[in-house]
Amino acid sequence: MMKEIVNRLKEKFPVTAEIYQRDDLTFVTVEKKYGVDAVAYLKEYEGFTHLVLLTAVDWLEEGEFQLTYLLNNPKAKHDIGLRVRIDRETAEMQTAHHLWPAVTTYEQELNEMFGISFPGSPRQGHRFILDEAWQGPPPYRRDFDTKKYSEETYFPRPGRSKIDPAEHMKKKLYPEGM
Amino acid sequence: MFTFNEDRSLFPEHDEKGKPIVDVESGQFTKIWQGPIHPGMTGNMSLELTIQGDEIMDCVTHVGYLHRGFEKLMERRRFIQCFPICVRVAVPEPDFNEYCLASTIEELGGIEVPEAADWMRTLLLEMSRLQSYLAQMGGQGSSFGLGLIGQWTIWARDLVLDRFEEISGGRIYHMHMPPGGVRSLLPSGFVGRMNETLDEISAVMEEVERVLFHNSVFKKRAIGLGYIDPKWVDEYGITGPNARAAGVAKDVRKDNPYLMYDRLDFDVHLEYDSDVFARTKVRYKDILTTIDLIRQILPQVPTKGEFMAEVPNVLHWKIPYGETYKRAECTRGEYGYYTVTDGSGYPRRINVRGPSYTHAVTLMEKMAINLNIADTAGVMSSLHTYPPEVER
Amino acid sequence: MEKFKDFKKRTVIAPDGEKIEIDPMKDYYCDAIPTPRKDYDKIPGILENFKNWARSESLWILAYGSGCGAIEMRPLMTPKHDAYRYGIQWRPTPRQANLLMISGYLSVKTLRIVVRAYEQMPSPKYVMGLGSCTINGGMYWDSYNTINRLDHFMPVDTYVTGCMPRPEALIAGFDELKKIIRAGKGVGADKYAENFAWYKENQKKILGDVGLPEYSW
Repeated sequence: MMKEIVNRLKEKFPVTAEIYQRDDLTFVTVEKKYGVDAVAYLKEYEGFTHLVLLTAVDWLEEGEFQLTYLLNNPKAKHDIGLRVRIDRETAEMQTAHHLWPAVTTYEQELNEMFGISFPGSPRQGHRFILDEAWQGPPPYRRDFDTKKYSEETYFPRPGRSKIDPAEHMKKKLYPEGM
Repeated sequence: MFTFNEDRSLFPEHDEKGKPIVDVESGQFTKIWQGPIHPGMTGNMSLELTIQGDEIMDCVTHVGYLHRGFEKLMERRRFIQCFPICVRVAVPEPDFNEYCLASTIEELGGIEVPEAADWMRTLLLEMSRLQSYLAQMGGQGSSFGLGLIGQWTIWARDLVLDRFEEISGGRIYHMHMPPGGVRSLLPSGFVGRMNETLDEISAVMEEVERVLFHNSVFKKRAIGLGYIDPKWVDEYGITGPNARAAGVAKDVRKDNPYLMYDRLDFDVHLEYDSDVFARTKVRYKDILTTIDLIRQILPQVPTKGEFMAEVPNVLHWKIPYGETYKRAECTRGEYGYYTVTDGSGYPRRINVRGPSYTHAVTLMEKMAINLNIADTAGVMSSLHTYPPEVER
Repeated sequence: MEKFKDFKKRTVIAPDGEKIEIDPMKDYYCDAIPTPRKDYDKIPGILENFKNWARSESLWILAYGSGCGAIEMRPLMTPKHDAYRYGIQWRPTPRQANLLMISGYLSVKTLRIVVRAYEQMPSPKYVMGLGSCTINGGMYWDSYNTINRLDHFMPVDTYVTGCMPRPEALIAGFDELKKIIRAGKGVGADKYAENFAWYKENQKKILGDVGLPEYSW
C-alpha cells in the first residue's frame, strides 16, 4: 500500500531515499526544489490532507538542515514523512503556507528558532516565542550552547554543579580505576 | 444551527486573503491586550485584540510566556535524563508525554514491552484523561461565570490524583512509564478503591449534567458561539474533541490503535453543531466513555508478572540512527513525539506535536473575529488550549 | 519591538476640534521611583504589630500562574484543601493583591510581566517563590530562556521547595509567611525601594530597555 504511493511519487519526483519505518509510517527524501510540489501532490492526489507537523533537524556535521513535513491520510490512516535537505549556510526554503493556514505558524517558529527563512510566508521575522530583547543566535541551532548562555546571563546560584552520571557511576563502582 | 440575524462577517472588511482590514490610526478601533494574567483556565498566553465597541475586529495571539526550550534541553541529556523533564511539557496531563517519548525510544531502540506494562500504561493514560477532562469542565463552567462546576469537578479530580499517588507516589507528575515498561504494577486493594472513586465521579457527573447542560445562562451563551466549520478540520489541523464536535470522527484510539485500545470496546461520540455547547457535550460524553474504559481495563491488568523489559545500562544506552513518530489521543487531540536519533547516547532532536499548536494560534485568531470580548475566555476554554505545548 | 509600535507620540483631534499631543509611553506610567517606609527595620510598636497581624491574616494572592505550580492553585481554592479558611483568596488584578506567587520557572517574557505586576501591587507586598526553579533554576538550570534566581529580580520572602510543591506544602508555606509578617520582617517592598538601582540593573540586563518603564504603578 505504502509502496504503491511511494512508487507513484517516484514517477513524478526523483526520490532519493525511502525508509519503511512501520506499516503505517514511511519516510521519503526528495530534493529541495521538488519539496513543496511533492507536498502539494501528496495533499491533492494521495489524500494526505492532514499536516501533522513541520519541523527541522540540524545536521551540523553535514552542514545541512533536514525539514520534515509529516503528513497524515485520515481515510487510509497512513503517515508519510517527507524529508528535504537544505543548505545550512543559506537556510532558505519555499513556503507552503498556501496549502494549510497552520503552516504559517510552523514556518514562523522555524524562522525564529532555526533561522531558516521562507520567503513569501507571512510573519517572517516577527517574534513568536522568544522575547523582544533576545539578542542571541537562533537557539535551536546545534552550535548554540544553552548552558554557557544561561551561565553568562541568568545569575546562576553558586554551588550548583552537574555530575555526569556515567562518570559518577564509574568512580563509585571502580574507585581504583578500570 | 444558530444563525446571526445580520451578516456580521461584513465588518471588518476583509482583503482578498481573508485578513481583516483594520487601521488603528483611524480612531475607530481600540487595541487592548487580553492576558497573560488571565481569568480562565486557558493558561499563560495573551491575545492582542483590536476592538470596535466590544466586538473583536482582529486578533493576534502572543505565546512564549512558558517557553523553556525543552527540545534544546533534551538534545543535551541522555535518553533516561530526557524522561523526567519531558513530563513538564504539559502539566494537566503529563502521562501522554511519558508514553510518547518512551514508545519512540522503544521503537528506535528495538525494545519489546511486556503485556502487563501495556495494560498498566493504558490504565494510566485513561486516568490521566479523566483528570484532565474534569479540570477542563471546571474551567469551561468558570469562564461563563458558573464557578460551582469547578468546585465540584476539581474536587472529583483530586480523587483521581489520590489514586495516582497510590500507584506512583506523585500527584501531578508521575514518571511511571520509563522506556521499557512501567515502574510497578497495581498496589493491593487498588481495584476496589478505584471503583469507588469512579462511582463518586459518576455521581458528580450526573449533577454536572443537570447543572451545566440545562442551565439557561450556559445555553444562551454557549449555543452558536465559536463555530468551527467541518471544512477547517484539515485546513487547520484540528484534532480530538474539537474535530469530533464538528462531526469529523477523529480519534487516534480508533484510527491508529496503540497499546490495548484494539481490545477495548468503546464508541467515538460525535456532535454536529460544532459550537461551544457541542464541544462541551462531546467532552462530557468522553468522560463517561473514559469511566467505562477504566472499568473495562481494571480487571484485565495483571497483578504479577514481568512489567519491565530488559533495557541496556541507561548510562551507556546508545540508539542507532533512525527517526520515528508516535502519537496518542490526549484530551485535546493528537499528541505526538517526533524523535530523531543519530547513534549517540543523546537524542538528535525531539519535536513535540501538541494539539494546541494549531488550536491556540492559527485557529483562535480566525475564531476570535466578530466575538464579544466577554466570550473569548469561553471560546478558548472550549478549544482546551494549553500554551506550554505550543512553545515547549 | 513589534509590540510597542503603537506607543509612539501622536496628535489626536478631540470632537470639538482641539488638537492634543499625547505620548503614550509617558502618559501610561509614572516614572517616579519608590521610596522605603520610615524606620521599617526597627522593632515594631503596638500599632504596627496590630497592622502586621491584620496583614498576615488577609493574604490576597494575585491569580497569575506563571508556571507549572499554578495547577495546584485550583485544588487549593476548592473544597479538598480550601485555603479560603485561612483568609487567603485569589484576586484578578495586581491592585487588589498583596501576595505575588511565582509558581515555578520564569521565562524572560513572563519576567517582564511579573516585574510590572509586582511594581503595580500596593505596598506592603510579599513574594513567595514556588518550586526549585525559582531557587536555583531547578530542572531548567541550563535553559536559555528561564531565569535561575528569583531573588536577583525582586525581594523574596519565602520559598517553598519541591517540583512541584504539593498543596499541603503550600499551606505550610503560607503559615511560614504569616509568621514572618507578624514578626515585622515582611519588608520586601522597602528592600526593593532601597536597592532599586541594583534590582533595575539586573532586570535590564535581561529585558533590555524596550517597553520597560523605570517604575510602573
